[in-house]
Amino acid sequence: MTREPVLEIDDIRVTFDTPDGAVEAVRGVSMRVGQGETVAVVGESGSGKSQVMMSAMGLLASNGQATGSVRYRGQEILNLPTDKLNKIRGAKITMIFQEPMTSLDPLYTIEDQLCEPLMIHGGKSRGKASARVLELLKLVQIPEPERKMKAYPYELSGGQRQRVMIAMALANDPDLLIADEPTTALDVTIQAEILHLLADLQKRLGMSILFITHDLGIVEAFADRVYVMRHGKLEEEGETAQIFNAPVTEYTRMLLDAEPSGTKAAPAQDAQVMLEGHGVKVTFGQPAGFLRKDTQFTAVRGIDVALRQEQTIGIVGESGSGKSTLGRALLQLLPAEGRVVYLGHEIGGLDRKGMRPYRDGLQMVFQDPYGSLSPRMTVSEIITEGLLVHEPGLSSKERAKRAAQALEDVGLEPSMRNRFPHEFSGGQRQRIAIARAVVLRPKVIVLDEPTSALDRSVQKQVIELLRRLQKEHALSYLFISHDLAVVRALSDYVMVMKDGAVVEEGQTEQVFDNPRASYTHELMRAAFDLRGILREKLA
Amino acid sequence: MLSYALRRLLSAIPTLFIIVTAAFFMMRIAPGGPFDQERTLEATVMANLNATFGLDKPLWQQYAIYLGNLFQGDMGPSFIYRDKRVHEILAEGLPISMQLGATALVLALVLGCLLGSMAALRQNTRTDFGVIAVATFGITVPNFVVAPVLSLVFAVMLSWLPAQGWGNWNQMLLPVIALALPQVAVVTRLIRGSMIEALRSDHVRTARAYGLPARMVVVKHALRAAILPAISYLGPAAAALLTGSIVVEQVFNLPGIGRYFVQGALNRDYTLVMGTVVIVAIFVVVFNLIVDLLYAVLDPRVRYD
Repeated sequence: MTREPVLEIDDIRVTFDTPDGAVEAVRGVSMRVGQGETVAVVGESGSGKSQVMMSAMGLLASNGQATGSVRYRGQEILNLPTDKLNKIRGAKITMIFQEPMTSLDPLYTIEDQLCEPLMIHGGKSRGKASARVLELLKLVQIPEPERKMKAYPYELSGGQRQRVMIAMALANDPDLLIADEPTTALDVTIQAEILHLLADLQKRLGMSILFITHDLGIVEAFADRVYVMRHGKLEEEGETAQIFNAPVTEYTRMLLDAEPSGTKAAPAQDAQVMLEGHGVKVTFGQPAGFLRKDTQFTAVRGIDVALRQEQTIGIVGESGSGKSTLGRALLQLLPAEGRVVYLGHEIGGLDRKGMRPYRDGLQMVFQDPYGSLSPRMTVSEIITEGLLVHEPGLSSKERAKRAAQALEDVGLEPSMRNRFPHEFSGGQRQRIAIARAVVLRPKVIVLDEPTSALDRSVQKQVIELLRRLQKEHALSYLFISHDLAVVRALSDYVMVMKDGAVVEEGQTEQVFDNPRASYTHELMRAAFDLRGILREKLA
Repeated sequence: MLSYALRRLLSAIPTLFIIVTAAFFMMRIAPGGPFDQERTLEATVMANLNATFGLDKPLWQQYAIYLGNLFQGDMGPSFIYRDKRVHEILAEGLPISMQLGATALVLALVLGCLLGSMAALRQNTRTDFGVIAVATFGITVPNFVVAPVLSLVFAVMLSWLPAQGWGNWNQMLLPVIALALPQVAVVTRLIRGSMIEALRSDHVRTARAYGLPARMVVVKHALRAAILPAISYLGPAAAALLTGSIVVEQVFNLPGIGRYFVQGALNRDYTLVMGTVVIVAIFVVVFNLIVDLLYAVLDPRVRYD
């Protein structure tokens, strides 16, 4: 099937001038997008997939340089002067970005921002532009469009903001829509809605879509053709069905294979209960006071949980469901109501000093492997810091030995211990964060989205690591995640949270295969049957 | 927002009370008094003077009387300028100091935004380094150096502008520049930093990706966000301008309130010092409130309720 090409990219190279010398992010990539076609560019972080599009649109960082050729309907647009490029971007080619939270200007209303491209490219008056904005907001199915028009971005949810971005992208009836990870920052149910919206609009308006993503599930459900990128080069290209059914390269096979797999057996019925919460309730904000309104908000509404030895309880839910808050409340990192019992000791409401004797047994690993390690400490300092507090009697030699052991435990070379966190990749950093927890020989670890910031292939390794550590050290995990595939692979018991309450809980198998609550059902479908949802809705 | 402003104003009352109290007693702990001169006065004359001004009463009583008068808007008699009440002295000088300060503040903001944006847009070029050099100069060179040098060059040597007086724009020019220079430098640095960040932000990338003209991207989307840190600096800036005016008003011989700070303190003119302290404190409190309210106007995410 040959279609008239809308965008042709030939041998594009992108180089960044850094203090460590020139870095080649893209090394000779060629792509085509035909009329009305949906093309996906897939790759892991650092593959250069976004930079190809950024250079085409003249949006490279100031230290970036692009060579090669990018043609829009035959016209060369790479490195075009800004004023000429401005006639195309925002009008003929539009973009949606990954970060719906920050891609809109927080200081202007939705109406203001949507009017801008309409007035500049379409030459519309403010009044006509406003009318079109309302139309667009209805098109992208934002609830209460008249009211949302006058709202500021902060008053909208992530999904709504992404809809606004899509409305902006459609404003001038573009030829080509470039979507750079448009759903990565969104919850799965919202993701399904946004993708459906895009597919539906494409069907009706006939534009081409270039979709950049790391998520193969989306590609399979959504794209006609796929380009696989790795280390700045094209690894493979072809029709979606062909790539998924008969991948040619080793790397593509590995990507397809990287979906988390395996299950976890439940611990014995009589396994010791390690950590227990009764009616855990967390409230934020302040009650009404003198000339002040009540800002109280209940994030966790009285939850019971009992974690047994070698058990992994998966806590799933969408953003704002209170799952992280629950984890922190159980570890007494947040003030909470209700009882918390750790190995028979009441720890609910203990202060920092009171908690200290229990802290080594109760550890936590956070989502962000970049932000949660101090950039000014070496790996060895990071790992041994807890030992200084909890086992002050250890000699420095013994501490070094424990640190080396912990590094080996998480699959890192002990010789790396004198390096700093920035010298490691995201996956390695998460290993360091896990080493920091296991060095104290904890009994319970709360894992708060430990794999969410990682590529699937790296995620798989971290899952293996967590499994092995659990067996070796008889650990109990409280695994908090919005990623259902990972939860299924790691946990034996699942609690589904929504709006601060548990809507369903039970053995993993039962919750995943026979969800009782309609919310759980919806969640499972959005996570595992994207293609089905899209097909059903578009039919 | 109104209730927030009201609450803030009410909370300013205890703040001011503490400042007044602390200043009152600290002033009295310092040795010496308003009538100490090189030649000591006769004991009876001294006693008479003290009695006239109420200084013979116990300290706590003096404090109570002062507070009572202050509450009625009377700041008491000046011990040195015998024929005037303190609030009369301040009422004469305050408009001039405020005019000087406000002009300098506006100049600092406008020039600072301009220079800071220029530097940020041409980051790591000669323009940028030039602006940073000027800003560093402005911050490091104190205005008791800048003011006399300006006066020397432009008034004495070149005779372009008058060396003193107040009223015409040409009389205002040198003192305003001398007073504004350090603030221009600070605002420039603030704007440069926040502008660099703003230019890299996602929503500016969006504006670029949608083909908005460069000026609109810079002014409407980047600068509007970048100006917020400069706004929060306005509170400290107002205080710095008030204290900076002490020197500038002396050098250019302006009849503002700045000189009363120094003279009052040196002469142990208790009431005059207390008067200036109260004025400055009110100024800083009010200015910080204005900054917070302005912030809410500029940034819709900031809501006070």
